[in-house]
Amino acid sequence: MQMHDAKRVEVMIEAVMEKQIVRALEGTGVTGYTILPVLGGSGASGRWTREGNVSRAFSMIAVVCLIAPHRLDSLLEALFPVLDEHIGVVSVSDVRILRAERF
Amino acid sequence: MDEILTLAGQNLLSPVILFFVLGLLAALARSDLSFPEAIAKGMSLYLLFAIGFKGGASVADYGADISLALAVMAGVGLSFVLPFAAFVLLKTLARGVSATDAAAVAGHYGSISIVTFVAATSLLSASGIAFEGYMVAVAAAMEAPAIVSALWLATRSGAGGKMDSDLWREILLNGSIVLLLGAFAIGWITGERGMTEIAPFIEAPFKGVLCLFLLDMGIVAGRGLRSARGVVTPGVLLFGLLMPLVGAAFGLVSGLALGLSVGGVAVLMTLSASASYIAVPAAMRVALPRANPALYLTLALGITFPFNLTLGIPLYMSIAQFLAGG
Repeated sequence: MQMHDAKRVEVMIEAVMEKQIVRALEGTGVTGYTILPVLGGSGASGRWTREGNVSRAFSMIAVVCLIAPHRLDSLLEALFPVLDEHIGVVSVSDVRILRAERF
Repeated sequence: MDEILTLAGQNLLSPVILFFVLGLLAALARSDLSFPEAIAKGMSLYLLFAIGFKGGASVADYGADISLALAVMAGVGLSFVLPFAAFVLLKTLARGVSATDAAAVAGHYGSISIVTFVAATSLLSASGIAFEGYMVAVAAAMEAPAIVSALWLATRSGAGGKMDSDLWREILLNGSIVLLLGAFAIGWITGERGMTEIAPFIEAPFKGVLCLFLLDMGIVAGRGLRSARGVVTPGVLLFGLLMPLVGAAFGLVSGLALGLSVGGVAVLMTLSASASYIAVPAAMRVALPRANPALYLTLALGITFPFNLTLGIPLYMSIAQFLAGG
C-alpha cells in the first residue's frame, strides 16, 4: 500500500495555554489535531498530577497533530511565541501515513 | 481569650477541619488516597452552586439596599489594595524572593479562597451568628481585581506580565465566578420559593460534600508541602502566617466602616485574610509564567489555608464579636 511521509508534532504544555496553542495551529492551517489530558509526570518544574486539582493551573495537556513536512517550519514559528516561557516540551517525529491529501 | 480558645477548640474538632487534617496527613505519609480530578471539580461546582444560591435567596429574603453595593465596592477596593501590602511584606520578610514571584504571590493574597469563605460561614452558622447574604457577591467581586494589581506590580518591577483578551476572559468569565454569581442571581430571583424547591439538594448534603472537598484539599496541600522543599524559607513561612492577619485587619477596618453585622465583619476579615488557589494560579500561569508556581501554591494552600481554617477563622470571629458586637 502507498505510504507518505509526514511529521508528527507533539506539544506537551500547561492546560491554561490550550486556547493559545489551538489558535497557533489553526492560524497556520492545521485543522486536524488531538488534545489529550495528561495524568501526571515529572520534569524540570518538579512532579505534578492532575488528581484532586480543581484549578487548571496545575494540569498539563498533550496536543498532537500530523502534518505535511512542508508545513513544519511555519507551525514551529507560530508555536514558539506561545510556548516561550511556559512549562512544556515540543517534539517532532517522522511518521508514515496512508492518506496524504488529508494533511 | 477564653472565648477565642473555646471557639478554636470547637472549630478544630469539627468534621470539616478533621477531614482536612486527614487529607494532609495522608499525603504527607505518602498514602495513595486521592480523588479523581473530575470528582474534585464536581464537588467544587456543587459548593459554588449551593453557596451562591443560598446567598441570593438570603438577599431576596431580607431585601437589598445600598449596603450591598457599598460592600461589593469595598470588596473590589480591598482586592486591588491587598496585593500591594502583600508585595511589600513578602519582599521585607524574604529578600531572596524575586519581584516576579512576589508579584504573583501578592495576586493570590489580594484574591480570595472560596472554601475558606464556606468554612467561615459554616462556623458562623453553627455558632448562631448571622451574616449578610450578599457577602457571597462580595466574595465573587474580590476574585479578580487582585490579578490586575499583581500584573501592575510585575510590570513595574520589570518582570513583564501579559494582559490580553484571553487573560481577561480567564479572569472575568472563569467557571467559578460565573457559577457563583449565576447561582446568586437565580437564588435572588426565585427567593424563598426557589429555596424551598432545591433545599434538600443544597442544604442536607452540603456539610458532607464540604468534608470530602476539604479531604481533597488536605491531600493537595500535603502533596504540595512534600514537594516544596527548599521553597519555604523561614521568611516565606512567616509571610504565610502574617499576611492573613494583615489582610484580616484591612477587612476589619472596612467591615466596621461599612457598618456590617458581627457575622459580616468576620466574613469580610476571612475573605481579606484568605488567598486564592483556584482562579489566580490559572491566571498567573498565563500572565506570569516565569513566576514559581511551587511558591504561590505552597503559600496559599499549604500555609495560609490551613492557618485560616484552624486558627484564623475563630480569631477573626472573636475579634469581630469584640469590636462590632457592642
